[in-house]
Amino acid sequence: MLHIVNKSATERNSLESCLRLATKGSAVLLIEDAVYAVTKGGTAAANIQAAMADLQIYALGPDLDARGMSARVLDGVKVVDYGGFVDLVAENNVCQSWL
Amino acid sequence: MPMVEVAGKSFEVDEEGYLTNLADWNQDIAGYLAQEEKVEMTDSHWEVVNFLREYYEEYQIAPAVRVLTKAISKKLGAEKGNNKYLYELFPYGPAKQACKIAGLPKPTGCI
Amino acid sequence: MSDMMDDMEGGEGVVKKFMFVNRKAPHGTIYALEGLEVVLVSAAFDQDVSMVFVDDGVYELIKGMNTKGIEVKDFSKTYRALDGYDIEKLYVEQSSMDARGLTEADLIVDVTVLDSAEMASLMAEQDVVISY
Repeated sequence: MLHIVNKSATERNSLESCLRLATKGSAVLLIEDAVYAVTKGGTAAANIQAAMADLQIYALGPDLDARGMSARVLDGVKVVDYGGFVDLVAENNVCQSWL
Repeated sequence: MPMVEVAGKSFEVDEEGYLTNLADWNQDIAGYLAQEEKVEMTDSHWEVVNFLREYYEEYQIAPAVRVLTKAISKKLGAEKGNNKYLYELFPYGPAKQACKIAGLPKPTGCI
Repeated sequence: MSDMMDDMEGGEGVVKKFMFVNRKAPHGTIYALEGLEVVLVSAAFDQDVSMVFVDDGVYELIKGMNTKGIEVKDFSKTYRALDGYDIEKLYVEQSSMDARGLTEADLIVDVTVLDSAEMASLMAEQDVVISY
């Protein structure tokens, strides 16, 4: 299963709920304002690092670039481009968007 | 959106005649837009138009007239950075006419 | 700017303290850009304007954005034009910066960093507070 989160973790609880409810082995793709969560030094970083034990964490590169955050990405997070986004959707038979 | 044809290529403009895509701009289009505004382009006109394009490149906005005159005064001298000089070059307003010729959107805050 | 608004400048108007509070990240929603445009318009009225960045609003000021990939305007550059519009009072909240791993060196413009109590009292002394 692929979980997609697009809301900032410091503004809404979408990411928190997603990480709590995603089952082991699932993929989580962060896009738009959600990408701030995978950057170093923030309050969401610890949650992401803990979640990486059970989940594959992805972040959309163009959204990181647009926000000036590409150089701050946590180790272990896989940065994908739009093609990688499409691949993730194609590989997973179910996608859940956390709005 | 209306299209205009300049030097064999067509370009999109908005209902007030402002160029839709900043990247489309070139000297031919500037010449066409100036003609539409009945402005005869001299070196002084180009200086202001080029200044506006540089300002937009740096700040991503078209400046208000007050801000433009101040910025021009700083860069090109007080004899050019004033309303009289700019309105002589662009009688219907430097914001409206010079921005249009420079291919920029209408200045932010222009009512 | 319209000629009418130019004529209004220099008039003996009442000067009020306006605070624009930015609490949203850029790009994900339109709030940050709209808020900035309102501030630029407000500059024409010669009021005492301050801009405040709290919560995700501090993300608006990050250096080194490259928006080509998502095909939107990089309006972070526009904050650097505020000085030319005589809007010089920019404040960020320390705890909002801390929670996001940011320091003043990460920001595209010079700001004054306030602790939460200082921010609260600055907010309390305004005539008008407009929040995004």
